[in-house]
Amino acid sequence: MEILFVLIPVSVLLVLAILAILGWAVNSGQFEDIDAEGHRILQAGDANEQDNVERHQK
Amino acid sequence: MATTHSATYNDTVVRQFAIAAVIWGVVGMAAGVLIASQLAWPELNFGIPWLTYGRLRPLHTNAVIFAFGGCALFATSYHVVQRTCQTRLFAGPLASFTFWGWQLVILAAAISLPMGYTSGKEYAELEWPIDILIAVVWVSYAIVFFGTIGTRKIRHIYVANWFYGAFIIAVALLHIVNSAAVPVGLTKSYSVYAGVQDAMVQWWYGHNAVGFFLTAGFLGMMYYYIPKQAGMPVYSYRLSIVHFWALIFTYMWAGPHHLHYTALPDWTQSVGMVFSLILLAPSWGGMINGIMTLSGAWYKLRDDAILKFLIVALSFYGMSTFEGPMMSIKTVNSLSHYTDWTVGHVHSGALGWVGLISMGSLYYLIPRMFGRTTMYSVQAISVHFWAATIGIVLYIAAMWIAGVMQGLMWRAVNPDGTLVYSFVESVKATYPFYVIRVAGGLLYLGGMILMLWNTVMTVMAGRAVNAPIPQGHAQPAHA
Repeated sequence: MEILFVLIPVSVLLVLAILAILGWAVNSGQFEDIDAEGHRILQAGDANEQDNVERHQK
Repeated sequence: MATTHSATYNDTVVRQFAIAAVIWGVVGMAAGVLIASQLAWPELNFGIPWLTYGRLRPLHTNAVIFAFGGCALFATSYHVVQRTCQTRLFAGPLASFTFWGWQLVILAAAISLPMGYTSGKEYAELEWPIDILIAVVWVSYAIVFFGTIGTRKIRHIYVANWFYGAFIIAVALLHIVNSAAVPVGLTKSYSVYAGVQDAMVQWWYGHNAVGFFLTAGFLGMMYYYIPKQAGMPVYSYRLSIVHFWALIFTYMWAGPHHLHYTALPDWTQSVGMVFSLILLAPSWGGMINGIMTLSGAWYKLRDDAILKFLIVALSFYGMSTFEGPMMSIKTVNSLSHYTDWTVGHVHSGALGWVGLISMGSLYYLIPRMFGRTTMYSVQAISVHFWAATIGIVLYIAAMWIAGVMQGLMWRAVNPDGTLVYSFVESVKATYPFYVIRVAGGLLYLGGMILMLWNTVMTVMAGRAVNAPIPQGHAQPAHA
């Protein structure tokens, strides 16, 4: 099972890379005031996309 | 202000991929119905080599996963990333290249697989020249997608983009590692790995392809199109972020559960089983988050067929992400492995989750890409929903029964240690369930054909216009 000498380091490197990206996201303020972000996609849109929000929110 | 409407989104490539997804859906599912029929009635092989089950089965899987699913992912990711970043797609010509390059890959697969050219790796059957083309297209896709993120006008990166981004990076890594091969000619190559090493790499690829191609990418769709169609923000944005990071941190090591009771070391099998069980938590967190988006607005499900598609897709996601970890438990696996239960499990994920979430998202997307707010026929969407749902239930119920029956028949032994049943007796007993599966598949295919008709009518009644980029809400990407 020599392949594990490749796959396990690859996975460890990947996890470290994911950790680095998570660190960047947290430190650059990606996750601050996140409750507003869920609403943003419903506000910003062209006329056709606006349709559903207006229809449902009356 | 005149300048407000000067810039538009690049919707051309979104339209191309969206329509291609519908067409390839019909083709791939038709291939599925044909091979399901061949299992019930082998005469349908017609004695013609390129129409035999062994060659058409990889054609079916490649067509539905990479042609239908792939085009749906390209279309929606290009749409979502532009709308949530409020900027035009980065490197327009390169985006156009990803469309034509991907269609060339599909065409090459449709020709080479029936001719019998295959590397023999499940879900990675294409030979090395096509693999290289896939790698080039995929790197271009990454440049377009991450370039668009990099030039965004909204500081926050919406959660759907994280899922799409992880899908793009992971698939690049998986494809390149698993497809490493030594060519011995234009149409033949040998994997650089051998024996059980090759099996380990293959299922490291295979299961992560399920995790990142068939799960993470489509979760990106879920987190954008469900809130948009419902007109409600995602239930808990905080949970969506936890869902994302938990899923990608834990996914990579579930693959060995495909190799239980093989030459793979026992501890590696157990690691695969434990990681598979852990995955239940983030999967269900995401499913609950998606379904609860309708919290306080359940009445919308009554008359909105698109929402039905999206929410029932999540129900199937929850069901198959519960079933999967259960089947990865070794004692359960000793019964289920190599039976049609596995086929049923795959299709509850593929038809139920991937298929329905794509169809729902495309029903939202396609009319809006052609200057309309609804499809040509809203009634037809509802008919499609019921045909697809009943088809899935017939399919997976038949395969559950067939699978458990096969497993029990294969393991039954007489007091003197001999087998109670010969293999062919289990095949004979499976026949009625194969026929029920064909009926389920026909219903699902029929719904897809209806969708193609509806799409053609929508395109003819609509007008392809690139939507303007709103300028008012823009904020600097790096404040």
